[in-house]
Order: sequence, then structure tokens, then C-alpha cells
Amino acid sequence: MDSSLALHRLHFAFTITYHYIFPQLTMGLALLILILKTMALKTGDEHYNDCARFWIRLFGINFAMGVVTGIPMEFQFGTNWSRFSKAAGGVIGQTLAMEGVYSFFLESTFLGLLVYGEKKIGKYAHWCASLAVFLGSWLSGYFIIVTDAWMQHPVGYKLGQNGEIQLDSLAALFMNPWLMWQYLHNMTGSVVTGAFTMCAVGAFYLLEGKHERYAKTFLTLGVLVGFIASLVMAFPTGDGQGKMVALYQPATLAGMEGLFHSEKGAPLAIMGQPDIEKLQLDNPLLVPKMLSFLTYQRWSAEVRGLDEFPRDQWPDNLPLLFYSFHIMIGLGTIFIGVSGIAALLLLRGALWRTRPVLWALMLLVPFPFIANTAGWMTAEIGRQPWLIYGLMRTDKGFSAHVSPGNTLFTLMGFMGMYALLTILYLFMMQRELTHGPEGESH
Amino acid sequence: METIWFCLAAFSLAGYVVLDGFDLGAGIIHLFAARTNEERRLLLASIGPFWDANEVWLLASGGTIYFAFPALYSSSFSGFYLPLMMVLWLLILRGIAIEFRNHIDSPTWIPLWDVVFSGASALLAIFLGAAIGNVVRGVPIERDGEFFLPLWGEVGILDPYTIATGLLALAALTLHGALWVRMKTDLNVTRIAQWAWRSTALLTALVTWATFKIQPIVGYSFIVRPWGYVIPVIALAGLWVAGGAQQTRAFLGSCVFLVGMMASVAFGLYPNVLPSLGNGATNLTIYNTATGSYGLGVGLAWWLPGMALATAYAVFQYRKFSGKVS
Repeated sequence: MDSSLALHRLHFAFTITYHYIFPQLTMGLALLILILKTMALKTGDEHYNDCARFWIRLFGINFAMGVVTGIPMEFQFGTNWSRFSKAAGGVIGQTLAMEGVYSFFLESTFLGLLVYGEKKIGKYAHWCASLAVFLGSWLSGYFIIVTDAWMQHPVGYKLGQNGEIQLDSLAALFMNPWLMWQYLHNMTGSVVTGAFTMCAVGAFYLLEGKHERYAKTFLTLGVLVGFIASLVMAFPTGDGQGKMVALYQPATLAGMEGLFHSEKGAPLAIMGQPDIEKLQLDNPLLVPKMLSFLTYQRWSAEVRGLDEFPRDQWPDNLPLLFYSFHIMIGLGTIFIGVSGIAALLLLRGALWRTRPVLWALMLLVPFPFIANTAGWMTAEIGRQPWLIYGLMRTDKGFSAHVSPGNTLFTLMGFMGMYALLTILYLFMMQRELTHGPEGESH
Repeated sequence: METIWFCLAAFSLAGYVVLDGFDLGAGIIHLFAARTNEERRLLLASIGPFWDANEVWLLASGGTIYFAFPALYSSSFSGFYLPLMMVLWLLILRGIAIEFRNHIDSPTWIPLWDVVFSGASALLAIFLGAAIGNVVRGVPIERDGEFFLPLWGEVGILDPYTIATGLLALAALTLHGALWVRMKTDLNVTRIAQWAWRSTALLTALVTWATFKIQPIVGYSFIVRPWGYVIPVIALAGLWVAGGAQQTRAFLGSCVFLVGMMASVAFGLYPNVLPSLGNGATNLTIYNTATGSYGLGVGLAWWLPGMALATAYAVFQYRKFSGKVS
């Protein structure tokens, strides 16, 4: 691979992967905070407000991290991917600008009121602020998914004289068939992250024997929301997203599943290592005919393998695509299992004393982040070698005038900067968790 | 239609400079105007609820240019690669400093973030000013409409002219920030404001003279559209008011000055958006960088109500947090 291309890709991959740690948590927490504020308003029990205040503090730290690592994303479309931006800016610039105009202003204005304004504005207005922050952050996710859905499955455009891609119908962008499933799948994923994080904090406090009443509220809300979200993650949203891939990106589906050869009654590979030299899956663990059934609801349906597509249209990192997809699926299954058991114990009133499950909930906290990241890697590596599927190849999109030396320089700068941010972030989070939900904010 | 979007993009950039300008300026004077921890907390509290939303104006301006003039966005962002990346790092450090400073009450933690906050604010002001200087001076655009500029060298981001515009931005935002702090707190910033006012006036004269000398497009614009002289006159009137003693009026004067300066630049360059250095044939203009007419038209339908809404939030927020902080 051309070293310019490799460095620009790594630059974007590194910064976006790091960035998305934070929004997936804050979008999920925004919903949970709204639920807590609603409970407080409905029951009149101040306990829920105390809970909300604690999570708003954690939200604030994560939101700040999301903002400062998010601004570089918008810049990089121009700095590192100028040929892509020049060609497609007239389309995706619309949705990215809408994100700024419709969601960032909403979020940033009302987050100030949510964090600083509780005493100033009263309880109804404070509930409204939590609603506005929820809407702002979910709208922000929406505009990003409209943008990505267009890159996955471009619609509503026409080609100009110089090959520039011009917007033909804004409405078509918002009615992209790819959009709905991807949005629902992605947002459910962030609810899983938010809910499992809330569970983990609750389990941690309970195991430590601290803040017991808070811990139980966190666990109740986290387990129930987490279980529902984990189920919705698999069906219908994951299933719907998979069918979109099967329909519009068949080569990607074959790569995700490690299916090198077309087959009737294709098996589902649970595990294995793709060998792209011999074009086979090493050490496969297969469920016969399952892939055909899941994709087409017929046990004997034919699923197209990679051999049906020209080699230059295969996703260019097949093993990583295969692993990302399988890590996502595997973790998703574990989430359903653990939160299902926890929900059952919760309803029977036995969760508080079932320590192994509390331990599991606490130790599970990194994994929703990994699953969401793996899911995005599946989408983005799966789209390769296309930057805009079927329309522009990735090796035609990066900034031609930015030399590899300059790209490496700024990549290393970002790595150093984000190493520093990580240390600060962990330090701040550790302090908030030690400080706990009781007592005044500081 | 291209002209409408040129005006709207200029409007949102001016909005960014006026709004984020006062919190950048507050950052610049942070170490000097406020000495004790209590004073510094007060200064930070005066921008606390606003700075994040102010910064969104930068993103909104960027997004507007991105979809209305995609060829300008891609050319300038990749051409100014290094300084823009440095701007990003400074924005990261500054944001973290504001958010994390007050979390820990410690004699090593707090001064560290105070210095980061102030230093990053000052450097950002200089970078933004130098960026405007580069746009006015022009850059060596190649036939494919792109370029790449190193930080310095035979032709670089930094030369005497762009350094002068950087310093003008530093002085003007120092003044703007000082007037904000004077209006919103009881801190004594009179001397800083006086000093910044004189520097701003001096540098404005110098940069104006240099601009007409190095960029003939600007002089030409004022010759063919002489009514445009109204704009710099309004800017100077704003600067005059900014030197006054009445706190709110002085701050508003500074706002007028900044908008007037931005508008003068926009007026002087129109219809160019990025002149080419040495070869007028490759100038980037609103016509050769704009997207198709459908995109520009449909953009108006959501952009105008969206920005009206954003302005309404801002008015609501500034009212909620009006008066002096204590």
C-alpha cells in the first residue's frame, strides 16, 4: 500500500476510534439521565435527582473528552482527505453542517444549564435541559449516521462535469434504506455501553459495601435497560443491518463471514482464521446451513462467496474484517446472557446477594466499548476498498499534497496528545468514582 | 446564490470571532488580570457557561464552507495542514484546561492549567490572525486548485505580513477579552485594556497600510465599489467606542470593531475566497469552488432557521447568565 494512503488511513482510524469511546458512552448516558430525571419528577423522590447529579458529573467529563477529540474529526475531512472532500463535500458537507447547526448548539447550550443551572432554573426547566441534551446528542449521532450511510450506500446525487458529486435530493439522503437500521443499531449500541457502565459502577459500589442505595438504583436501571438494549442489538437492528449488507455489499458480507466460495446451504463460521493465500478458513468452527438461513430464511439458499467478486473489489483487510465482525457478535451474545441472568435475579430479588454476577457486571465494563468499536470497524473496513461505495476508491481520496512525513508528524502528535488525555481522563474518573454520588459536587 | 453563501459564511465566521473572541481574550489576560486563585475562578466563571457554545460557531462556519464551497474547504484545509493541526492541539489543551482546572484544589494542579489555558488562548489568537493574513496575502495555488504551505521558508505560513496580522488579532482579542471581563466581573483590567487598545489601533493602521500594498485585489475592490469604505469606517467607530469608559458600550464597540474588520476583509477579497500568489489564473473564487445550485438552494432552507434557532439559544443563555459573576 502507498505509504501516504496507509498513513492517512491510520491517522483517521486512530483519531476516530479514540474519539468514539466517549460519544457512545454519553449518548447512552443521556438517555439514562433523562430516565432518572423523569423518575425524580414523577415520584418526587429526591434520591433520583441525587443519582442524576452524579451521572451528570461523569457525563460532563466524558462530554468534554468527546468535544475536544471530535473537533479534529471535522477538520480531517479537509486536511487529510481533501480529494474526497472536494468531490463529495457538496453532499456530506450538508449533513455535517447540520450536525453543527442543529445539534451542537443545542447540546452545548443546554449542557451548561444541566451542569451549572439546576438551582437557577427550577426542576421542570432542569428536566427540559436533560431532554435537550438527550435530543442534541442523539441528533448528532443521527447526522453522522446519515453521512456514513451515504458513504456505505450513496443515494440522491448526480455527477457533475469534472466528476464532482453533486447533491440531487436532500430528502433522498434522509430516506436512504441503509440509514434506519444503521442508526437504530448504532444508538442501541451506545445504550448498551451506557447501561453496562451504570451497572458496573453499581456493582462496584455494592461489592465495596459503599453507597448501597445508589448502587441498587444504578443496577436496577442499568440491568433492565442493558438487557432490553442487548436484545434489540441482535434483533431486529443487527439482523436488519446484516440484510442491508447482504443486499448492497455482498462482497463485504462474504468477507465478514469468511466465505471464500459460493455455497448452497452455507455454514455459519463461529470461529476461524482467514487464510488469504490459500483462500480458506483455518480451524473453522461451523454451524451447517446457518448462514443461508440467517441471510435468506431458507436453509438451502445460495450465499455468494468472495470468489464471485473480482479480487480488486474485496475488502482489503479480510482477516481484520472477519475478526471485528466476530468479536462484535461474540460480545453481543455474552451481553445478552449476562444481563439476562442479572435481570432474572433482579426480578426475583436475588441480585444483591449473588456476588459472582455482580463481579461479572463490574468486570464487563470495557467490553461494550470494544464491541461498539468492533462494529464500526466492521462497517468501515467492510466498505473498503471504497471510500464511497462503488463511487470513489479510498486510494483516490486522500490529500495528494500532504507528504507522508507531515502525516506521520501529526499522527505522532495526536498519539502523544491522546496518551496525555487518557491519563487525565482516568485520573478524573477515578476521583469522581471515589468521591461517589453522596455529598456535594465540587 | 454564491454571493448569498459568501455572506452567510462570512457572517458565521464573524460570529465566531466575536463570541469565541471574548473567551480567547479572557484566556490571554487570565494570568495578568487575575492574580489569586479566587480571582482566576471568577474570570473562568465569566466564560464558563459560554465558551463551549462559542466554539461551536467555528464548527458551524467550517461546516457551512464545507458544503457551500467544498473546493475551498478541501484546498485550504489540506494546504494549511500543519498550522490547523496545531490549532486542534491547542483547542484540545485549552478545553481540557477549562474543564479540569477546578476539579482539584491543589497548588500544583491549578497553576499548571492556568498557564496552559492562557498560553493556548494567546497562541490560538495569533494563529487565527495569521490565518486571515494568509488568506489575504494569497498562497501558491497549483493547477489542481490545491497547495501545501510549510510553516516558514521562501513562501511560508509565517512572513512579516502574516506575523503582523497575528499580532493584530492578539491585541484585538486581548482588548475584547479585557472588556468582557471588565463588564462581567469586578476585576481591575483598566490598564490591560488601555494598553491593548493602543496596540490594536497602532497595528490596525500598520496592517491596513500593508494590506493595500501587498494585495492589489483589496485596493481594486474599494475602487470599483467605493461605498465599501463605509465598512472600515464603522469598524474604526467601533474601536473608538471600545476605548470608552462605559463598560457595556465599550464591549459592544469592540464587537462592532471585530465584525467590521472581518467584513472589510470579506469585502476586499470578494468574489475571491483564496487568492493565488503570483498567478491570478488559479485564484479560488466563490464561482469555481461552490457546489451545485440545488445544494446551495436547499441549504438555505435549513441553514437559516437552524442558525436563527442557534441565535435564540444564545440570547436565552446570555440572559440567564446576565449580570456580573461573583
